[in-house]
Amino acid sequence: MKQFEYNRAMSIADATKAASGPGAAIIAGGTNLIDLMKLEVSTPDILVDINRLDLGQVSRTDDGGLRIGALVTNSDLAAHETVRRDYEVLSRALLAGASGQLRNKATTGGNLLQRTRCGYFYDTAMPCNKRAPGSGCQALDGFNRILAILGTSDHCIATHPSDMAVAMMALDAVVEIEDSHGDTRQIALDDFYRLPGSTPDVETVLQPGDLITAVLLPRPTTGRHIYRKVRDRSSYAFALVSVAAVAQMDAGKIAQISLAFGGLAPKPWRNRAVEAALTGQAPSDTLFDEAADILLADAKGYGANDFKIPLSRRTLKAVLRSVTETDQ
Amino acid sequence: MTVHHKMDDQQPDVLAGMAQGVIGKGEVRVDGPLKVTGQAAYAAEIGDGTEAVGVFVRATIAKGRVATIDEAALRAMPGVLTLVTDERLLRNPAQGTANKAPIQGARDVAYFGQPIALVVAETFEQARHAAQNIAISYVVEQAVTDPLDGSAQIDTPDAKQTEQGDVDAAMAAAHVSIDANYTTPSQTSAAMEPHASVASWEGDKLTLHGSYQMLKYNRNELADALGIDPSNVRLLAPYVGGGFGSKLGLSSEAVGAAIAAKALGRPVRVVMTRPQVFEATMRRSSTQQRLRLAADAEGHLTAIGHDATVSNLPGETFSEPVALATHFLYAGKNRAYAHRIARVHRTCAGSMRAPGEAVGMLALENAMDELAHKAGIDPVALRLRNIPETHPETGKEFSSRRFAECLSQGAEHFGWSKRSATPGQVKDGEWLIGMGVASAARGNILSEAKARVILHADATATVETDMTDIGTGTYTILAQIAAEMLGLPLHSVTVRLGDTDLPPAAGSGGSWGAGSVGSAVFLACQSLRKDIAGMLNADPADITLKDGIITTGNIQRSLSDTLSNDLTAIGHIEPGEASNTVEHAGFGAHFAEVAVNSVTGETRVRRMLGVFSAGRILNEQTARSQCYGGMIFGIGAALTEELVHDHRDGHIVNHTLAEYHVPVNLDVPQLDVIFLEERDAWANPIQSKGVGELGISGAGAAITNAIFNATGVRVRDYPATLDKILPELPEG
Repeated sequence: MKQFEYNRAMSIADATKAASGPGAAIIAGGTNLIDLMKLEVSTPDILVDINRLDLGQVSRTDDGGLRIGALVTNSDLAAHETVRRDYEVLSRALLAGASGQLRNKATTGGNLLQRTRCGYFYDTAMPCNKRAPGSGCQALDGFNRILAILGTSDHCIATHPSDMAVAMMALDAVVEIEDSHGDTRQIALDDFYRLPGSTPDVETVLQPGDLITAVLLPRPTTGRHIYRKVRDRSSYAFALVSVAAVAQMDAGKIAQISLAFGGLAPKPWRNRAVEAALTGQAPSDTLFDEAADILLADAKGYGANDFKIPLSRRTLKAVLRSVTETDQ
Repeated sequence: MTVHHKMDDQQPDVLAGMAQGVIGKGEVRVDGPLKVTGQAAYAAEIGDGTEAVGVFVRATIAKGRVATIDEAALRAMPGVLTLVTDERLLRNPAQGTANKAPIQGARDVAYFGQPIALVVAETFEQARHAAQNIAISYVVEQAVTDPLDGSAQIDTPDAKQTEQGDVDAAMAAAHVSIDANYTTPSQTSAAMEPHASVASWEGDKLTLHGSYQMLKYNRNELADALGIDPSNVRLLAPYVGGGFGSKLGLSSEAVGAAIAAKALGRPVRVVMTRPQVFEATMRRSSTQQRLRLAADAEGHLTAIGHDATVSNLPGETFSEPVALATHFLYAGKNRAYAHRIARVHRTCAGSMRAPGEAVGMLALENAMDELAHKAGIDPVALRLRNIPETHPETGKEFSSRRFAECLSQGAEHFGWSKRSATPGQVKDGEWLIGMGVASAARGNILSEAKARVILHADATATVETDMTDIGTGTYTILAQIAAEMLGLPLHSVTVRLGDTDLPPAAGSGGSWGAGSVGSAVFLACQSLRKDIAGMLNADPADITLKDGIITTGNIQRSLSDTLSNDLTAIGHIEPGEASNTVEHAGFGAHFAEVAVNSVTGETRVRRMLGVFSAGRILNEQTARSQCYGGMIFGIGAALTEELVHDHRDGHIVNHTLAEYHVPVNLDVPQLDVIFLEERDAWANPIQSKGVGELGISGAGAAITNAIFNATGVRVRDYPATLDKILPELPEG
């Protein structure tokens, strides 16, 4: 591990100021960053510890939504009464991720910012455009079984590993950010992440000095919530494919549906055309196949991960069957 | 005095006549409290924190030579004390029982990730940072990293190509036959405790705390590697956090720590990181296996062919012996074996839990299942029908074998009769349910061992040997044997292990530890019983020892009153003619029920049963835990574990526990283990057989056979991850 300066922030202003300098990194739970620092995949000069900041609350917003402080742990959020009742998909996604020990440490803000699990990214002896821009991508022609089929580029095919963010994507979450001038802005989660293009090292719209202070969820929608995660072992494994679905039926038709996908893309994936094709329609296997066609129209496999294309179709269809099923 | 016994003939069941009643019982581990309270110190925990710390630099090429190292820049880095590039550093780790140094000379690179130099600094972080940033240039040579693409040199040792009868003719004439290829990937032991050594010198005397399985060999390997006399080396490993073969032989951190400690004149600690454990200690070879089975109309085998391509580094003697159990498990007149070793520049291949059977029986037992299905015979019945009377190739009798009862009692207990013979018939919602069976067999070995037993005047006893307890329960079973023989409560016996200053034992490996060193303890105690009898002028056969009381005829005396000073004996067991007279093996049967998701192809094991005949069970609880461990390894082999080599340079891509998937708790369902009552008079004086590796042998095949029964999908390429099942499932 490279030596670094440790800076414990006692206020948000402290944190954003300290984090605005070159080589600064913000640390909360540290469940990913510390690993990356040990391997020198990340080599910050300054660590800004935000754990003393008052960002650990879950509260109701004026419009009936939920404000989740950036430091709320994954365990606490999953167990939160309101989340379990009104945002079930989020609770389920959180519990499908990592292990109990990790969830006790991992925070909401940190979870959004965790890095890919691509093996070439983690091995500093390997070229990797995400870690060392311009060095190349070994995954394209390498072991890419867990990597992306959507939203990739010739420079990077990494996946975003979060489960929580997939559920939040389906829930239309908004990220609240405070910058070093004390200004606050809100960015839809879908706009928060950037696709790799030719700069896979840039993963979000965050600028130096920006601090995620909260994630905002809109008013809950009634209906059925499902989070289905397909993986290589029962627990403590990243998603090969995951689907977050929230849907409401009306008179045998899909009145409203939102869908987000994990394990398929460099960011939690949402394609509103899929939802549009389903909305107002009566559920059927033909309809679900059409939805899968739209989702996977641009899907591209890289060999070992080709199976994700049929797996996504099958998983999506099964989730759609469950989420549109009406109790007899 | 030393009591020596060479195992030439059958031995009486002396333990059966003892009175204490602790042998065989499910006693909890005597070292358990120390471990759960953190008082059992493992190698990396030795010292007071003032030791210098070494971290290895890894090769980032697959083949070539280190040309330059910018040592000046390295030494200018904070905290750096020295750089070890000594030619004595190991290139490859040592194979089990090597007893001499493995291939040395770390500047020559034979595989990606090879340790090539050791950076030593004041702190671990300083050493790791320096090792990460050291500037190295290489002379790169052409590497061969794929064992199967035709580029590798293939060795075919004559002794490993054998044929009896004519398999081709039998296949042609068969009523039903199977000719199928199976592949298994590289695997890693993934013991919880990483390889670690702390070295210190006093003059010419080296003391090294390490994490090793076989100290008497490891001491000689270390001394040979360093070029010093073994008498100058003391090796300690009283607690070992799992080995599974990866700690049978010396690995590079011990040599690096010793050289650095000598150079610096202060103790040095070297602990491998998890990626280093995966890259620089033993892997299990990947295998490609071709199984040919021919049978007549009644399902009697007429031919067995088992061919394999395995891999290892150039110059290594070990090659995964996949056909070990195939030689003796089933009948069949015509038999052929071919064994090819592909020489590749990949992490060294060596013994991992049940080398041979663990992966060889995946293929053999899948092929038997395929044959049963094709012939329309129940898989249990097919196996029962093909149990040979004697060893089908040598004609030798078996020392003991309750193989048929393992199958039939297991089938009964598991509810095998409820299995549908036609695949894909049982559904539970989205899940397809199936059952599978596989046989288990593992050769049993006796290995030379010594142990000292001291009977103290206060009627307590101490057992001393350099034997290791790698989590198996050695402390406990040796205490039980001594307590049983000397008539003492278990808590009156103290066991000291893992120190080369103590009498040399067999080490933990090959499942021979308990039977071998257990027999040495038994022999020592037998000698002590003679001494006790002598004090009462009684015949040793006429005394009863129980709870510290000696009874002979109408005389009853307390042991502590009788003893005026400590009595000491050393037991020494040696293998003899008995190993050749009869065939020695443990047997068993695995049953598995799985659920395969019809949408995703995910497989979850619902329950497993293992029934084993393994001679006398010394401790019902620790033996059972060994079998659980083996069966869990079987789940990993069947479903999740694969060490992935990049096809371009052979490097291990998934070298952490996050990406190399060992089963987690949720992957492990209800496991049942049944031991059949058995004594093996040919095995050793305590009539036990090895149990540790028997539990893994065949276990994974029961699961993949169950996948076939659930879905009709036959996965022949391990592990059976969902992507291999998905294409053959009905449309979702």
